[in-house]
Amino acid sequence: MTRKQRRLTLIGAAGFVLALAVGLVLFALNDQIVFFYSPTDVAAKDIAAGTRIRLGGLVEEGSLEKGGGGAVSFAITDAHNRMNVKFVGILPDLFREGQGVIAEGTLDADGSFKADSVLAKHDETYMPREVADVLKEQGVWQGEGEKTTQ
Amino acid sequence: MSEGFSIAELGHYALILALALSLVQSVFPLWGAKTNDARLMGVAPAAALAGFGYVAFAFAALTAVYVSSDFSVVNVWENSHSAKPLIFKISGVWGNHEGSMLLWVLILSLFAALVAVFGRNLPKSLLATVLAVQGWIASAFLAFIVATSNPFARLEQAPLEGRDLNPILQDIGLAIHPPLLYLGYVGFSIAFAFAVAALIDGRVDSAWARWVRPWTLAAWMFLTAGIAMGSYWAYYELGWGGWWFWDPVENASFMPWLAGTALLHSAIVMEKRSALKIWTILLAILTFSLSLLGTFLVRSGVLTSVHAFATDPTRGLFILIILVGFIGGSLALFAWRAPVLRQGGLFAPVSREGALVFNNLFLVAATATVLVGTLYPLGLEAFTGKKISVGAPFYNLTFGPLMIPVLLAMPFGPMLAWKRGDLAGVAQRLAAALVAAALAVVLTLVLNGVDNILAPLGVGLGIWLIAGAIVEITDRIRLLRTDFATSWNRLKGLPRSAFGGLLGHAGIGVSVIGIVVVTGYQSETITTLKPGETAKIAGYELRYDGAAPRAGPNYREDVARFTVTKDGGAPIIMESAKRFYEARNSGTTEAAIETVWFSQLYVSIGEWAADGGLVVRAYYKPMVTFVWLGALVMAFGGLVSLTDRRLRIGIAQRARKRPSRTQAEPAA
Repeated sequence: MTRKQRRLTLIGAAGFVLALAVGLVLFALNDQIVFFYSPTDVAAKDIAAGTRIRLGGLVEEGSLEKGGGGAVSFAITDAHNRMNVKFVGILPDLFREGQGVIAEGTLDADGSFKADSVLAKHDETYMPREVADVLKEQGVWQGEGEKTTQ
Repeated sequence: MSEGFSIAELGHYALILALALSLVQSVFPLWGAKTNDARLMGVAPAAALAGFGYVAFAFAALTAVYVSSDFSVVNVWENSHSAKPLIFKISGVWGNHEGSMLLWVLILSLFAALVAVFGRNLPKSLLATVLAVQGWIASAFLAFIVATSNPFARLEQAPLEGRDLNPILQDIGLAIHPPLLYLGYVGFSIAFAFAVAALIDGRVDSAWARWVRPWTLAAWMFLTAGIAMGSYWAYYELGWGGWWFWDPVENASFMPWLAGTALLHSAIVMEKRSALKIWTILLAILTFSLSLLGTFLVRSGVLTSVHAFATDPTRGLFILIILVGFIGGSLALFAWRAPVLRQGGLFAPVSREGALVFNNLFLVAATATVLVGTLYPLGLEAFTGKKISVGAPFYNLTFGPLMIPVLLAMPFGPMLAWKRGDLAGVAQRLAAALVAAALAVVLTLVLNGVDNILAPLGVGLGIWLIAGAIVEITDRIRLLRTDFATSWNRLKGLPRSAFGGLLGHAGIGVSVIGIVVVTGYQSETITTLKPGETAKIAGYELRYDGAAPRAGPNYREDVARFTVTKDGGAPIIMESAKRFYEARNSGTTEAAIETVWFSQLYVSIGEWAADGGLVVRAYYKPMVTFVWLGALVMAFGGLVSLTDRRLRIGIAQRARKRPSRTQAEPAA
């Protein structure tokens, strides 16, 4: 093979791998991403039951109920709309009523939300970014409390 | 107190001096290299060593104020507590934004000092240029710290008690994971500096690759260990029993690892065959660029993540400017200067070089898919306002398929000859590995049934990698094809890097086995238990004995005790706890983990109900420790390679004087 042919082989191989990667990424982005919604979005958007989404907002005060075998239910609210969430498992350490939370799962036909994971990645000075945005949109954002980072 | 007062200010002052020195290091040596002025070039090593001294002093000063719990320093007040154990007072130094940036710069200047010490036999102008480039990076990050993230800022009035460190970070993991990770991240800055110096010089040869390889190898080794450590920490601390979440912050460390792995391999081609020069330079730039990107993603707080303890827009903008400056600048320099570099040797598509190109193509494509998955949500939100998350399903569909060809082809690579290889011949020599892999598939099917077909294939792949790596060595020493004494002598004569390669490739195989077995065969149960009740998981009987409160140094905890038995064997006691940290008003769950051979039993607890019932989540994770053991084997392989004579002594010198020798050197 001449130098030119070898270079063409190399470029061909690189092009093939690149095309493969692009194809896989486009396919996966079309199919495998999960959108984040607030309860108000869900009410407005008419999302089909069974669609996988992330639902974020505040855990409604007094809504947490514990059943047997680790089953819990609570409501996520953004002050304008609320949604009931069902979950089986151990809630994260930072899960509290009145605090920000993100639940990932699917909508049930009865309009409640079946979560398979619940995230409460925040501490006293930090709220999940998406949840903070939801609250700002709904006009109930209270600032970041006693946040003191300089 | 008066002594504590001055230490923080001295530390701050040392940082400013270090910044001034790094500016000197950025300019004068470069000027000296341009005008061939030995005195100006000589500034570089001296400035690098002194700069390291100042940064180390600043770091020691910050550690001192942490250890003495001087809460008049904002950083200490926000992240420490007088009752915190000493180890966490020390590791807490980098458990926050300012301190972790200081650690970043400390390691950067440490590497610059090491280059200054070990680079004495480098050509003077190359050493000066490399250290000048290191000086640019140090200047940018020191300016960032001094301008936006001063760790020594004081409070008007010193509070009596600190606010304590985030409980999740109060773990031995914080003492180990960030330093290892940064040694990796920042270590790639040396390859970057060498690449930029080569571009400025307009000259690059196989000696260059020989200097760059040990540094890249060292960085890669630390990064491998750091990522594995981080993964294990998340596994036991977060209580979900998961070891990899494709969290953007994990991806931030994984991308430089992938690109660094590609760099490690392309540098071999460059060293041995003088080929792929331009590509290697580009990879060196990309690898460190991804490290910088990772630093930006984590430090700017643009991501929602457990690691985002700072959300300050000025900081984000500052790091973004550093990022764009270095990546854009170096790529522009590359576009301008790369055509000057001479092309290297020829090779056929089926050859050792070809195999390494194959490895590089797929690794880089896989890196790109991780990059897209990490940045796409940010881009989509910025442009459309839509919020999405990209999780494991995306990566399973993109990253997974791109890695499989690399893994399948891996045993072939080291056995192919340079320049022109014989694929059929290599396949024949690998027959033993193929048989071992097939046996592993059958054995896994027999043991676990045919419900799951992917996991046995995955186990076969892992065995293929391990056996393939071993066959490479037995083939080289002609085991069983000649008498044993000859084989033994050949084995002793093999370079250490051959064993490094064996461990690196076999380590991947070990990790693959761990990943597929735990993914395919783990079992999980979740239930509510009252004291005395039992749950069953994977043949184990788990009895909840009851709970008792206990006091720790800066927390109190409720400890749930479990007795675990299997088939009437000796009982194992496991304790899982809910900890509460008063100062932070928050808690953590400490999972109970029992390692049985290479598998683990993992028990995590939820809240207690009023009737004493406790929510218990138990997992049986078969072979899970292989996931991390494999990474440790890889890192150890890196260490073994580093001790190779060829990398330690300066054969490079000779090669530089008589470049024709390197070209003619036989393939090792």
